[in-house]
Amino acid sequence: MIESGSVAGIRLEKVTKRYRGGVVAVRDVDLTVEPGEFMVLVGPSGCGKSTLLRMIAGLEEVSSGQVLIGGRDVTDELPQQRDVAMVFQSYALYPRMTVKRNMAFGLRMRRTARVERERRVSEVAEILGLEHLLDRRPAALSGGQRQRVAMGRAIVREPQAFLMDEPLSNLDAKLRVTMRSQLSMLHQRLGTTTVYVTHDQVEAMTLGQRVAVLRDGVLQQCDTPQSLFHRPVNLFVAAFIGSPSMNFVRAVVSGGVVSFAGVRVSLPAGSPLAGADRAVILGIRPTGFSAQSGEGWPTLTIVPAIIEELGDERFVIFELDAPRVDTDETRAAVDAQSADDALLLPDERARFTVRLPSEVPVSAGEPLELAINPDRLYFFDPETGASL
Amino acid sequence: MSVTTDRVVVDEAVGAPARRRRPRWAPYLTTARYLALFLLACFFLMPVYALIITALKEPAQVSVVRMWELPTALSLENFRIVWPDLQEGFVNSTLLAIPASLISSMLGAANGFVLAKWRFPGADFAFPLILFGMFIPYQAILIPMYDTMQRAGLVGGLDGLILVHVIYGLPITTLIFRSYFASISDEVIEAAKVDGAGMLRTFLFVALPIAPPAFAVSMIWQFTSAWNDFLFGVLLASREYWPITVALNNIAGGQTVPFNQAMASALLASVPTLLVYVVLGRFFMRGLMAGALKG
Repeated sequence: MIESGSVAGIRLEKVTKRYRGGVVAVRDVDLTVEPGEFMVLVGPSGCGKSTLLRMIAGLEEVSSGQVLIGGRDVTDELPQQRDVAMVFQSYALYPRMTVKRNMAFGLRMRRTARVERERRVSEVAEILGLEHLLDRRPAALSGGQRQRVAMGRAIVREPQAFLMDEPLSNLDAKLRVTMRSQLSMLHQRLGTTTVYVTHDQVEAMTLGQRVAVLRDGVLQQCDTPQSLFHRPVNLFVAAFIGSPSMNFVRAVVSGGVVSFAGVRVSLPAGSPLAGADRAVILGIRPTGFSAQSGEGWPTLTIVPAIIEELGDERFVIFELDAPRVDTDETRAAVDAQSADDALLLPDERARFTVRLPSEVPVSAGEPLELAINPDRLYFFDPETGASL
Repeated sequence: MSVTTDRVVVDEAVGAPARRRRPRWAPYLTTARYLALFLLACFFLMPVYALIITALKEPAQVSVVRMWELPTALSLENFRIVWPDLQEGFVNSTLLAIPASLISSMLGAANGFVLAKWRFPGADFAFPLILFGMFIPYQAILIPMYDTMQRAGLVGGLDGLILVHVIYGLPITTLIFRSYFASISDEVIEAAKVDGAGMLRTFLFVALPIAPPAFAVSMIWQFTSAWNDFLFGVLLASREYWPITVALNNIAGGQTVPFNQAMASALLASVPTLLVYVVLGRFFMRGLMAGALKG
C-alpha cells in the first residue's frame, strides 16, 4: 500500500512575486495548508494562482516572504531539493520514455533502489489502472491515459506534497467529472497534502477541503466551500463562487427594510444593518427565490425573458427595473466564468437568474410571482465591495 | 416561417463556393506549369548529368565534342585511375569530418540547451556573442589562427584541423540546438526539475533523447562543411594529412585536364556527404515530442 512518506503542511508567509519591470503577480499572501489537506487555489486567469503554486514548487523565485514545507524553510531551495511532486496542465510527460520509465524517473533521480522502484511503480500502476500500458510511449496513449500517467508519476514519488496545476483542464467535460471524483478518492486514500490550482469554481468547490480565492495576486478569502458560498467576505468572492452567479442589484437600506425595484424586504432579525440608513449592493443567489409565497415572504412579479431547461429544474432569466451592478469586482468574476454565464447583451437594467424546479409552470413573457427568502440576502458596500 | 427562410439562405451561402465551376482551360494551365518546372529542373541538373555520364564513360570515349552523348558502355575505369590519388585524402577527410561534426554537435547541443532552457544571467548577452562567430569570414581569421595554432603546436596534423572545425562550427550548431530546444515545452523541463534532476541529468535524460532531429541537421551541416573545406586543410595540415578537397584540386588542377578523371574524382569525393544526407535525413521529419503534452 502506497503511503505518503511523511504528511507535511505548507506555509506561505507574506509571499510576494514581483517581476522585473515592476509587475506584481502575487502580493503578501499568507496561507497555511494543513498536513494532509486538499487545498484549492482558485481565481480568474492572471490572478497569480499558478505563480503561487510554482513558487511552492521552486520553479519561480520568491521576491519576498517565505515558503515552508513541513516546517522547513525552502524559500531558497531549488525544485530538485524540495520533496514535492507536480502535475502539469500539459502533463509534460517525457516523450522518449515508456510509461514505466516516466513514472520511475523521479525515483531514479533520487537514487531509489531498483527493486523498490519496480515495486512502487507496479503498485501505483495498479491503483490507476495503468498496468497494461507500462511499456508504451506517451504518444501511444489517449488524453485520459496521459493524465493518469502524469498523476502516477507524482504518486510514485511519495512526496511531502502534490502540486497540481489545472491537471484536468485538457480533458473533455465527461472525463473531467470522472477524474474529479477519482482525484477525491485518491486523496482520501493517500492522505497527501495537495495544493490544486484551477480557474473553475465548480472544480474548486467539489474538490477542495478548503478553497483559497485569489484576485490580482491578493488572497481574498480562504475557507471551506460551504463558508465561501454562504459567507463571502466581499463582492468578488460572492460573484465568483456559485453557478449560476449571484444576482446583484443596487438597493437602499433604511428603517430595517431593504428596497429595490419597487420591492421592500424586511431585514431578518438580528441583521447588523438593522439600524442603518444607507445605499448597498444587494446579492441574491439564484436559489434564494421560491415560486411558493406561502411563508409570508415578500413577493416580486417578474416577466421571464429567457428560460434555460435543465431537466429537473430550469433557470429563469428576467430583467429587473433597477440599474445593473457593474463594478470591477463583478466584472472580474463574470469574465472568469464560462461563456454561458456571461451576458451576451450588456444592458442598463439588472438581469437576474433564478433556479426553479421544473414543476413550476413558466413560459417566456408570462408574468410570474416569486417569493424572496429574506434569510438569504447578502449585502455589500458599494464603495469597497466588502460584505456588510 | 422565418426559420424556414433562414435555412434556405444559409444553404445557398454554404453551397455556393462548391458549385463554382473550374474554368475550361484549367487542365492546360497545370500542364504548362509542370512543363515549365520540368525544363527548369533539366537546366539545373545539367552539370550533374555531365558529371555522372562523363565519369562513367571509357576514357577513350571522352571528348569535348561528344560530351553530352550517353556512353555506349558503362565503365569504372576512370574511378580505378583516380582512386590511388584520392585514397589518402579520402581517409583523412573521413577521420576529420566525423569527429569534427560529432564533437561540435555535442557541444552545440549543450550550449543550445543551456541557452534555451536553463537560463542564466547574461544568457541574452552570450548568445549573440556566439552567433557573431558565424559572420566572421574564414579569410579574416586565417593569419591569427595559423599563428595561434603554431604556438600551440597544432599545425600539421589532423587534431588541429578538427579543433578548428569544431570551434568554427559552434555558432551554427548552437543556433540549431537553441532553436530546437526553444520549441520544446518548458513544462517538460520543469517536470524533470521537480522530479529531482539537475541541469546535467535533465540534459542527458530528457533533452538529448528528444534531440535527434536537431542532431541530424547539425551533423549534416557540420559534416558537409568539414568535408568540403579546402582552405583550412591546405593551410593547417601537412602533405600526408591533406583532406580529399586538396587531392581533388591537385587532380583537376594538373597541367593537362583529363576531365573524365576530374569528374570521377568529384563524384567519389561527394559520395560521403550524399550518404550522410540520406542516412540522417530520415530523422528530419520525425516528431519526437509526440505524446509529451496533451492530446
